[in-house]
Amino acid sequence: MKKTVKFLEVENNGFGFYGLLGALGLIIAIGLGAAYHMEHSGHWVTGMNNQVVWGMPHVFAVFLIVAASGALNVASIASVFGKKFYKPLAPLSALLAVCLLVGGLIVLVLDLGRPDRLIVAMTQYNFKSIFAWNIILYNGFLAIVAVYIWTMLDATKNSYSKYAGFFAFIWRLILTTGTGSIFGFLVARQAYDAAIMAPMFVVMSFSFGLAIYILVLMASMKWTDRPLGDAVISRLKNLLGVFVAGVLYFLLAYHITNLYATEHHGYEAFLLLGQNGGALYSKMFWIGQVLLGSLIPLGMLYHPTLGKSRAAIGWACGLVILGGLAAMYVIIIGGQAYPLVLFPGMEVSSSFFDGVVAEYTPTLPEFLLGLGGASIAMIAVTIGVKVLRFLPVSLDDSTADPHAKSDA
Amino acid sequence: MSDQVNTSRRKFIGGAAGSVAVTTVAPGILLQSVAHARTPDQPATSENRWGMLIDTNKCSSGCDACVKGCQDEHGWGGEDTNEKLSREDQQAQWIRKVNIRDTKTGYAHSLPLMCQHCENPPCVDVCPTKASMKRADGIVLVDRHACIGCRYCMMACPYKARSFVHESLLDQSAVQPRGKGCVESCTLCAHRVDLQGADAVPACAEACAAEGHDAFIFGDLNDPNSKLSQALAKHGGTEIRADLGLNLGVRYQGI
Amino acid sequence: MTQMLRSLSSLLLLAGLALAGLVPVSYAGPPLPEIPEANARFSDTQGCVEPTEVMRKNHMEFILHKRDLTMREGVRSKQHSLQQCIECHVPPQESGQVVRHSDEQHFCNSCHSYAAVSIDCFSCHRDTPMPKDASAPAFHPLGKAIDAHHGISSVNSEVDSEALETLVEMN
Repeated sequence: MKKTVKFLEVENNGFGFYGLLGALGLIIAIGLGAAYHMEHSGHWVTGMNNQVVWGMPHVFAVFLIVAASGALNVASIASVFGKKFYKPLAPLSALLAVCLLVGGLIVLVLDLGRPDRLIVAMTQYNFKSIFAWNIILYNGFLAIVAVYIWTMLDATKNSYSKYAGFFAFIWRLILTTGTGSIFGFLVARQAYDAAIMAPMFVVMSFSFGLAIYILVLMASMKWTDRPLGDAVISRLKNLLGVFVAGVLYFLLAYHITNLYATEHHGYEAFLLLGQNGGALYSKMFWIGQVLLGSLIPLGMLYHPTLGKSRAAIGWACGLVILGGLAAMYVIIIGGQAYPLVLFPGMEVSSSFFDGVVAEYTPTLPEFLLGLGGASIAMIAVTIGVKVLRFLPVSLDDSTADPHAKSDA
Repeated sequence: MSDQVNTSRRKFIGGAAGSVAVTTVAPGILLQSVAHARTPDQPATSENRWGMLIDTNKCSSGCDACVKGCQDEHGWGGEDTNEKLSREDQQAQWIRKVNIRDTKTGYAHSLPLMCQHCENPPCVDVCPTKASMKRADGIVLVDRHACIGCRYCMMACPYKARSFVHESLLDQSAVQPRGKGCVESCTLCAHRVDLQGADAVPACAEACAAEGHDAFIFGDLNDPNSKLSQALAKHGGTEIRADLGLNLGVRYQGI
Repeated sequence: MTQMLRSLSSLLLLAGLALAGLVPVSYAGPPLPEIPEANARFSDTQGCVEPTEVMRKNHMEFILHKRDLTMREGVRSKQHSLQQCIECHVPPQESGQVVRHSDEQHFCNSCHSYAAVSIDCFSCHRDTPMPKDASAPAFHPLGKAIDAHHGISSVNSEVDSEALETLVEMN
């Protein structure tokens, strides 16, 4: 007899649950304090300057926003592609998407030079600006996913979930394209001005979002003593491997194209070989993004033994997340650090740091703000699963996949 | 002989003289009115397009008079800058001297670089709130009332013309409000242009002329008779990063 | 019995109302803001560029409208210009009075701090008039002594600095 999957609020009331809330709350409080300090004193307290205008907070914010879009993937596979297997996983996926986006947006807004002018940003739009479009897309995403969650949680509205899911799927592809285009539309910089930024961000979103989802799923099921079978985990981890490989492919396409064009050799030597002041970014790229963030997790996920170990899968997801942060660092900060090429072939110098690789040293307030945003996302998920029925009661093999072959 | 003077002849001569005077003087008045078309209480129009031509042959690498002129006028930088807490890489720089050396030939020269007042400014395209704006007369400005300090325009500018204010400021120049959390750049001395029209001289140009170098010519690109347009027609003017197709208001000679 | 209670309660009500009616008479009201006198008058009949009551109520409208005209369209006339407001309403630094926008004696802040309506104009706009002397450095950083050579001769207003100081102290 087929068991119907039931969802239930998290019932834990003990030290573990409130301890988690407390710890996250503390990080958030510190992060908000850091944001206040930055806003009150001015950005001179940060490492950001007139050359590297977007720093650590943006690395975190863009990572969270990109991951938010990808976290909805699992729900999309259920609702849009009709894979019933993923249906029990969908509500949590949608919740995570909303929470990650809120966390990322809070970091972005708190870093603004004039966050008190947010109302201006929400009411006065320049429709040629991809940034303005992103503001509309992000807010729309929150609304659409909220409706999507409603169709999933309210039994009377379940039949609408595939329409809401489809709408959310299209919306988030546009949203992530918009996020990638923030960089892709910048004509002036050597590292940007590339159409590939948009689809690369889309595939990155799949990878980062799923990695975070797997970790959140494993943690929430484990800490609430709910069974999570290998059938679910192995499908998710295989999917993650595909996405990580996908990101590598886009990286390859981006860099090979750049290497073909002589005009981009300067930037490629800077990033790939660490020449002319690019040592830090080169290390971030090769060790952070490629090795730790892509190749090692790929090996771990598809390894015959490691791929079956929950711990190994968890570590692989963690490495993908780390690699994602490194990727954001390379793109956002590396792209700004490399000097603008105003006079090709000439040696340029000035009092405004022309012709030299810009220095950027992140400061503590920036890190704290970024961590605070990530913690806001996590605390929102924690509260969400406590108050509403996002988490399945059981995802053991017999519940999740009645046709699964038992390996025992 | 009649005592009555024949006034009709006088009237005729007077009238003829008057009309000759009018036809001689009028074109001059009309030309003057084109050049000083706008009084301060009228808005800027696209009838004018303000621009500059900088002759880098007259620029020496040690001289930064233009930078100091801008600093004094607008209240940024300098020895008693009001940005005391910001690091050097965080302090504003609206105009700077760039030294260029061709590594293959050894040829070296320098030029002042400021906001190029593009006709198709990337900074205006990317600003989410329309704070980064281009006026009807071509001057690109930051409307600090709308600026949220996102710094996206700074990422977008090909010339790194924009600066961000990293701390609270006091004692700003009355003609140039500037403050914490907003982005700023060269205004082509819009406050002078609005009051003096084609006779205006931006602070950088004025300082350069005071040093005797006269490297700057400011004027109306839309007026074929302006000194600027004539100089451009005669000597040409190179755009930095002309490949971007931005149709700059600031052009250079000798690069 | 009920009749007595009824009359007692209505008596109490009357007494309460009477006491309440006395309150406004004895209560002095909140202190009014001390608004400093301006450097000059617009004309004999009118203190400011608009009648005072009009200004009090609508100054924000004038400022907002003018700011867009100046910023977006380059209209730089003196009517409703914020810079001109400052020229008239804030003592110039050469007079010896260094009044910053956060001080109680600053014209705008005197009323705005009272009304608890925060303004952020002066995060960008200069809060004092520009020095009249062309040779004077344009900026007197806070805390630095005002150049003693300039004194009152460079102040071009109807109120001389001594009188101004007295006026400000009085208020």
